[in-house]
Amino acid sequence: MKVRVHVSLKPGVLDPQGRAIHHSLEGLGFSGVRDVRAGRLIELDVDDATSDEALDEMCRKLLANMVIENYRIEKVPAAEASA
Amino acid sequence: MSGFRAAVVTFPGSNCDRDMAVALEAASGAAPIRVWHGDAQLPERLDFIALPGGFSYGDYLRSGAMAARSPIMRAVVEAAGRGVPVLGVCNGFQVLTEAGLLPGALMRNAAITFVCRDARLKVENSQSLFTSGFGAGDEIVIPVAHHDGNYFADDGTLDRIEGEGRVAFRYLDNVNGSARSIAGVLGEAGNVLGMMPHPERAIEDAQGGSDGRILFESAVKGLVGA
Repeated sequence: MKVRVHVSLKPGVLDPQGRAIHHSLEGLGFSGVRDVRAGRLIELDVDDATSDEALDEMCRKLLANMVIENYRIEKVPAAEASA
Repeated sequence: MSGFRAAVVTFPGSNCDRDMAVALEAASGAAPIRVWHGDAQLPERLDFIALPGGFSYGDYLRSGAMAARSPIMRAVVEAAGRGVPVLGVCNGFQVLTEAGLLPGALMRNAAITFVCRDARLKVENSQSLFTSGFGAGDEIVIPVAHHDGNYFADDGTLDRIEGEGRVAFRYLDNVNGSARSIAGVLGEAGNVLGMMPHPERAIEDAQGGSDGRILFESAVKGLVGA
């Protein structure tokens, strides 16, 4: 089973990288960009029997730093994963 | 003071471990025991544990994240819980927050750039094991060299650690955007200190200053007597 873990900074946590990307986009002439926040995508390939609890624990224990980050677990449908 | 038993932990990518060992030896007269990240146990009867600066595991995932989950850190967390003093400098500070021994997190510097310079600090707490040789409010100069030193914690946590006197050092010029200019934080029981500036790079005048030496001498004096 393919699983995507989306890690993002919590709302309210200043994101220096997002801000720098924002400035660069403006420097390239793109207008209308209100805000940029950078995150991280982690793709896992796990046994089908892996429980939601185990995935949650992986996120909380390692993949995300719960002081500053949130995470969202997305299970990739088999058809999409093999495409 | 040759009875002072300190350990310096080396992770893959640590690069200040030797400097840390030299500083501890200069202050105590005893060479620290060098410990490897993959060791499951620390030497017995340790007086002091130091986590050095560097780029452990190439800063993969987050600075300090992988090192915080290495075998030796289980032993360090357990020793800290028993009251053994633990000092984490720079990457060592990042490891301590990732391991849950200190509150908050170290984020990318606010200006995005790596900062490498002397930093003027204010000693906020001069009562701790690590800072008793300083006077409260002293201005000292210790070098910084980091990319991820921007201290963050939520307001409730910041209020709590300030109220408990756990801010050890504050930047006089906030070099990295840290919340409330915090440069060093003490653990709840006072036996753990994490700081971004490098005291081991300021132990003799030939290095440009020796304010850092006071920190190591404070700890040695507090632990084995003058």
